[in-house]
Amino acid sequence: MRWPSTCAKLSDKGRPGEGDATVDARFWLIQTFNGVSYGALLFLVGSGLSLIFGVMRIVNLSHGSYFLLGGYVALSVIWATGSWLLAIPVAVLTVALIGLVMERVFLRPLGFDPLRQVLLTVGFAFLFQQAALDIWTGNPFDITPPAALRRIVVIDGLHLPLYRIFMIGVALAIGLALWLIMEKTRLGATIRATVDDAQMARGVGIDTSFISMLIFALGALLAALGGVIGGAFLGVYPGLDFEMLPIAFAVVIIGGMGSLGGAAIGALIVGLADNFGKALFPEVSYFTLYAPMALILAVRPTGLFGRE
Amino acid sequence: MSMADARAKVWAVVAALTVIALVVPHSNPFVILLATRALAFAILVMSLDLLLGFTGLASLGQAAYLGIGAYLTAILATRYQFGLGYDFWLVVALGMLGGAALAAMFGLLAIRATGVYFLMITLALGQCVWGLAYRWNSLTGGDNGIDLPQRPKFGIDLANAVTFFYVVLGFFAISLLILYTVTRSPFGRSLAGIRERELRMKILGYNTWLHKYLAFIIAGAFGGLSGVLWAHTAGIVSPENVVLTTSVDALLMAVLGGPGTLIGGLIGASVVLFIREYLSTLVHWWQYVLGGVYVLVILYLPGGLMSIPARIRQWRTSQSALASARRLATESQSLSSTASGGG
Repeated sequence: MRWPSTCAKLSDKGRPGEGDATVDARFWLIQTFNGVSYGALLFLVGSGLSLIFGVMRIVNLSHGSYFLLGGYVALSVIWATGSWLLAIPVAVLTVALIGLVMERVFLRPLGFDPLRQVLLTVGFAFLFQQAALDIWTGNPFDITPPAALRRIVVIDGLHLPLYRIFMIGVALAIGLALWLIMEKTRLGATIRATVDDAQMARGVGIDTSFISMLIFALGALLAALGGVIGGAFLGVYPGLDFEMLPIAFAVVIIGGMGSLGGAAIGALIVGLADNFGKALFPEVSYFTLYAPMALILAVRPTGLFGRE
Repeated sequence: MSMADARAKVWAVVAALTVIALVVPHSNPFVILLATRALAFAILVMSLDLLLGFTGLASLGQAAYLGIGAYLTAILATRYQFGLGYDFWLVVALGMLGGAALAAMFGLLAIRATGVYFLMITLALGQCVWGLAYRWNSLTGGDNGIDLPQRPKFGIDLANAVTFFYVVLGFFAISLLILYTVTRSPFGRSLAGIRERELRMKILGYNTWLHKYLAFIIAGAFGGLSGVLWAHTAGIVSPENVVLTTSVDALLMAVLGGPGTLIGGLIGASVVLFIREYLSTLVHWWQYVLGGVYVLVILYLPGGLMSIPARIRQWRTSQSALASARRLATESQSLSSTASGGG
């Protein structure tokens, strides 16, 4: 029961008489729109991953699971209450709580051993996978947004789904909120201090352990938000977690780990590269996504906008 | 580790492999299949262990080398009917060369990175290979993968499960021997030095980049070999074989068995495949067991399952030390009490 038109496309009518040039220009416009709106979703997932890495140096391989769990919890809320609006806060807070417990009980006692941290997060990803199978079965679902968001806006023959515009709006709002918190509040200043030099931050009396817990929960929350929002056009199904994970990493790596602005740029690049790649060179489309990621890492290990 | 200790361990491994060679063929077909799979995959895990346990490089893209060997085998077999007779040995050589060549290319990008960044870049490189396997339909069959027509036949028929088991076991034993020799050589010692402290090795005048690069290429070659065997074991090659979770599997198996032990790779692979392919037929919650085993081992047994005997020995010595300390304490107490009583 997927609702129609989750991608922008050309109007079917009114084609004849138009020159090839306009059709061509519109193809680019539409692909750009699809790419930017996909990038908006990727920003939600990537910014959380980037924050977690920046503050804790943890490569969180259960980030895709948070994304998927967000979608699943939202589905349960929708089935129980029928309210999509209620589903968003419940889902993101539930997953944030899961992240918080994972950080406190398992990751923190492990100390700073990157390999063991990575492997532990994978172990949890497997556990979450099984839990999701048990609770929500293996069937694929869709999250249907309210009718008001399912409309299609027609601008000059371009059919633009309102939902994709909404996604861009959400990403902008979240991005702005994060930026304000990071740059304008005392809490943000302590987070930035922890990213730059955790040891020094502890030295001047910042509770870096508390910051870590907070950031891990916030990262999980953002991933879950992505899962709820993205559930409308990606669907919610087993395996989505490990499909989303490498893409989120591509975003973070291209942008630079620990940098919000970097995550935004990375999300935009990956969103556009994914769309144009699939449209223009379908046979090598994923290659065009991951090869730049590897090259950027090789040349500038901290990403385009990362600091070290 | 003393010489005698090392020799005892080598004999233990030889004995274990002999037992496997004698017992497995007489068990049921499912066990033979499972053992063959574990042995083929364990070569990949051992190749990763050369990087992880001996050089200190945790790669999250090792499945790429299995992929190149497997796809090479499948494409040659289906398109050119190549590698189904005596030319199977050529395919083995080509698979290893392919893995080595890919590693030589990827290594140029990856080796400079350290720690978490090495994890990330190998993840990205592995995803490049997955992307091609998944999308390059005309070459790789896309999502459906490639079905292999038959197993090679040259004097012996590899379609026979027991024969094939022996062949894979042979390849495993030779790989183990070669990798063991490499890690015991001066080159392998330098790798361990890099793992412990790269800067010091640099100061001592070692070209650490070249050492790591060569280790990466050797690992790639054995990854390719594992791919050739895996293709014939499974009978199908698909993007599943190069997807991120396969690389993660290899890494977890290496850690589960015990990094830096080589043979631990076989233990890790056996445990995981047993849970995934046998336990999964019995209970539906097998993945909890798998995830639980991973989490527990990482939390409480960083040295993997292979470190259990050492752990027990350590516990015993600490217990006996504790006991003798207690005895000493009570003795000295009674001594001092008699002394003070006397005074």
